[in-house]
Amino acid sequence: MSQGRSAILELNQITKAFGGVEALRGVDFALHAGEIHGLVGENGAGKSTLMKIIAGVHPEFSGRFMLDGKETRFRSTRDAHAAGIGMVHQELSVAPDLTVAENVFLGNQPTNRLGFVQWRRMAREAGEQLARFGIDVDPMTRLGDLPIGLQQLIEIARVLFSGARIIILDEPTSALSPPEVERLFTTLHKLRDEGTSIVFISHFIEDILRVSDVVTVFRNGRKIAETASADTTKGALIEAMIGRGGEALEHSYTDDLMLPESGGGSAVLKVDQLSLGRTLQDVSFEARAGEVLGIYGFMGCGQLELSRILFGKLRPDGGTLAVDGAAKTFRSTAAARRAGVALVPESRRAMLFHQEPVYKNISISILDRISALLLKPVRERAIAQRQVEQLQIRPPVVGLDLGMLSGGNQQKVALAKWLTYPPRLLVLCEPTRGMDVGAKNDVINIVRDLRAKGLAIIVLSTEPETVLSLADRILVLKRGAVVREFAGEAVSKDRLLEAA
Amino acid sequence: MASSDSATAPADHKRPRGLASFLRSQMRNIAPFLTLIFLSAFFAIASPSFATIDNVGNILTQVSVTGIIAVGLTFVILCAEIDLSIASIANVTGIAVAYFTLQESYVNIANVPMPGIVAILLALALCALLGLVNALGLTMIGIPSFIMTLAMMQIAAGVSALLVRGQIAYKVPDLITTLGSGSIGGIPWIVIVAAIMLLGGHLVLTYTRFGRYVYMVGGNREAAEFAGLNVKLILGSVMVISAVCSGIGGMLGVAHFGSAQQNEFDTYLLDSIAAVVVGGTSLFGGRGGIGNTVVGLFVLGVLNNGLDHVNIDSFLKILIRGLILLAALIINVYAQRLREQTAD
Repeated sequence: MSQGRSAILELNQITKAFGGVEALRGVDFALHAGEIHGLVGENGAGKSTLMKIIAGVHPEFSGRFMLDGKETRFRSTRDAHAAGIGMVHQELSVAPDLTVAENVFLGNQPTNRLGFVQWRRMAREAGEQLARFGIDVDPMTRLGDLPIGLQQLIEIARVLFSGARIIILDEPTSALSPPEVERLFTTLHKLRDEGTSIVFISHFIEDILRVSDVVTVFRNGRKIAETASADTTKGALIEAMIGRGGEALEHSYTDDLMLPESGGGSAVLKVDQLSLGRTLQDVSFEARAGEVLGIYGFMGCGQLELSRILFGKLRPDGGTLAVDGAAKTFRSTAAARRAGVALVPESRRAMLFHQEPVYKNISISILDRISALLLKPVRERAIAQRQVEQLQIRPPVVGLDLGMLSGGNQQKVALAKWLTYPPRLLVLCEPTRGMDVGAKNDVINIVRDLRAKGLAIIVLSTEPETVLSLADRILVLKRGAVVREFAGEAVSKDRLLEAA
Repeated sequence: MASSDSATAPADHKRPRGLASFLRSQMRNIAPFLTLIFLSAFFAIASPSFATIDNVGNILTQVSVTGIIAVGLTFVILCAEIDLSIASIANVTGIAVAYFTLQESYVNIANVPMPGIVAILLALALCALLGLVNALGLTMIGIPSFIMTLAMMQIAAGVSALLVRGQIAYKVPDLITTLGSGSIGGIPWIVIVAAIMLLGGHLVLTYTRFGRYVYMVGGNREAAEFAGLNVKLILGSVMVISAVCSGIGGMLGVAHFGSAQQNEFDTYLLDSIAAVVVGGTSLFGGRGGIGNTVVGLFVLGVLNNGLDHVNIDSFLKILIRGLILLAALIINVYAQRLREQTAD
C-alpha cells in the first residue's frame, strides 16, 4: 500500500474540453510508486481522457502536472515514453503483418553498431519475455495469424516489459479468457512488488477490486471518490459511479438462471454444416422468430467470422444458409441486407461515420426505402429524431456530428439504423461491450422489445454476462465448433465457462 | 480516437461553438477561397489588363476542359480513390471521335467515317468501356486505383497511338465543333457545357441518394459495407463517371484546340487533380465537393492566366504552380487533422 510515500505522479485541477464540451473538470489524481490504482466510471466519465493526458496523447489541458515532484508538460506520446510512461489503449494497436518479436520490440529493436537489426537476439529476447508472461509462441510467427486474445496479451506484454515505471492499462481484459486474466494479474502484482506503478481501467469491477490497491471513481468528468480497495464493495463502487442505487442494476449471474422451455416460433435462419478454413467447422443451428439466440465463446472461437458470413461479408468454404426457408448465397452485404439480415459489428469504428451527423448515420441503411433518387432530408431527420427519442440517445440532437457522442450513445446509434424498418434477423456482436451499467440496461430493453416484435436475434459475445442477460437459448462455440447447447435448462456463468 | 469514451459529458445538450472553432472546422472551404481572392487582388493590382471583362472570359474558357474532367475526378477523390488515366482517356476519346469522322484528303489516317452522332456515341462508348475496365480492376480484382489507372493511362495512350499513328486529325462532328469552339450570345459553348456539368455533378452529390453513398463510402468504407451498401458498385460507378467526364472533356478539347493528336492532354492530369485538391476536397475521402472544385479551378485559372499578364519568366511559372499545389496539399492534410481533433 502506498500511504505515507510521496507520489511519483501528481495532477492538480486538470480540466480538458473537446470542442467546448468539458471531459474533465478540475480533477486531482495522484499515483504512488509500487501501487496498482484502479479507475472506474461510466462511459464518458473521463477516465480515458485523464489517462491520455498522462500518456501524452492530449498535450493541451489546463491544470498542474507533476512528475517526481517537478512540474512537467508532455508535448507528445514520445515525451511520455521517454519519461517512463507506457499505455495499453482500449483498442488493439499492433502491427499484424510484423512478427511477434518485432511487435514486442516495436520502436526499439536491438541493433548492432552498423544499425542492422539483430534478428536472432530479438527473437530470443522476445521469446524469453513472453515465456515469463506464460505465452508460448514462436516469436517469428506473423502476429496477425494469432487469435485476438493472444494479440492483446502480446501488446500488454510489450508495454509491461518495456521498462516503463508507470503503466496504464485501459480495459486490458476485454478480449482475454479467464486463465489469461489470471496470468495478467499475477504479472501485475509481481511488477508492483518490484516498484512499478500501474493504473488499471476496467468495467469489470470484480477485476478492479481483486487487482488494485486503490480505486478512484469518476462521474461526469469529476473525481467522485478514492478509497482503498479493501475498504469498499462492488455495490458501493457502482453506486458511486452512477449516482443511484447500483445493486439492482448489475446482475452477477453467478446463480443458476432458467432458460425458457421452448423459445420462439418458426425458424428464420437455418445454418447447416457451415465451415471456413480452420476457423469454423460444421456449424449448424437455427435462429427462430421471437427468440434471442446467444452464441458464447472465448475470443478467437470463430464468432466474428460466423457473424461476417451471416451478413455476406465473408464467404464460407462449405455449408448452406437459408433465410425463411430459401437457400441464400450472399455475394455482398447489400444482398444480405435485402434478404432481411442486419448486423451490428463489435467495433464502433467499423460501423459508424464519426464525421457525419447522427441522422445520416441512422438513415444510411434505409435510404433506399425513403428515397428513390432524390434525398428527403426532412423525412430522414424525422425518422432519426424518433429513434433518438425511443433509444434515449444523449444528447438528442440529430444534427450533431457522431464523434461528439460518448461511446455508449454511439453504440445505440449503430443499433438505431436497423430499427425503423426492422429486419427479419438481427445479428449483434458484443452489443454491450465497454458500456456502463445504465446503457447496458437500455440495450437489454431494446433487444427485448425487438424480440417481442417477432425478430430473430443472434447475440454473439465473449462476455458470459452479455449472453446470459439477453439470450433465450445459448450455443457455446469452441475452436470453431458448436460444443454445447443450453435450452430450457439451468445455466450460469460457471456452466458457460466450463463448457467453453 | 473518436470512439473512446472521452467525447462528451452526456449532460450537455448543445455544443457551444466559438467563432474560432467554426473557422477551424471550415478551414478546408475557407482557405482556397481566401487564396482565390488574394491571387485575384494581386494580379488586378499588378497588371491593368488582368481585371477586365474580356480576361474573365478568357479565364473561364481556359479552365473549361479541366473543369469538365474535374467533375468526375471529384467523385473519385471523394471516395478516397484516384484516377490517373483521366488525361489519357480524354485524349483517346478526342482522337476516337475524329477517327470516326471524315477527314480532309491530306490527313493520312486510315479512319472509319460515320455519321456525326454515331461517331460521338462510339467515342462515348469507348471512354465508358475504359472506365469500366478501371472499375472492374479496382473492385473485382482488387488492384489499388493508383496502380490500375496508371496501367489504364498507358493503355489509353496506346490506343491513341494506334489510331493516329503519329498523324494529326482535324475534323470532328459538327455538334462537337460547335460545343468546343462555338459561342452563343458571346458566351463560348464550352463554358456553358462546363458550367452545366459542374452544376449537374453538384446536384447529384448533394441531392441524390447516390451522392450520399459516395460521401459515406469515402468517409468510412468499412462502415458503409456494414450498413449494407454495395460499396463495389459505388466505387465502380465513380470510376465510370470519371472516365465519361474525361471523354466529354477530351472531345470538346479536340474541337477547342482544332486538332486531335497524341499527348495533347498531358498537362490536364495534373491540372485536374490540382483543381480538386486545391479546392479543398479531402484526399482521404468523404469531405469536399463540386463547390470546392469550382474554387480550385478558379485558383488555378487565375494563377495560370495572371502569370501571363505580369510578364514573368515562363520557366518560373512551372515552379510557382508546384509551390501553390504544395501549399494546398499542406492545407488539405492539416484541415483533416483539425477536423479530427474537433470531432474527437
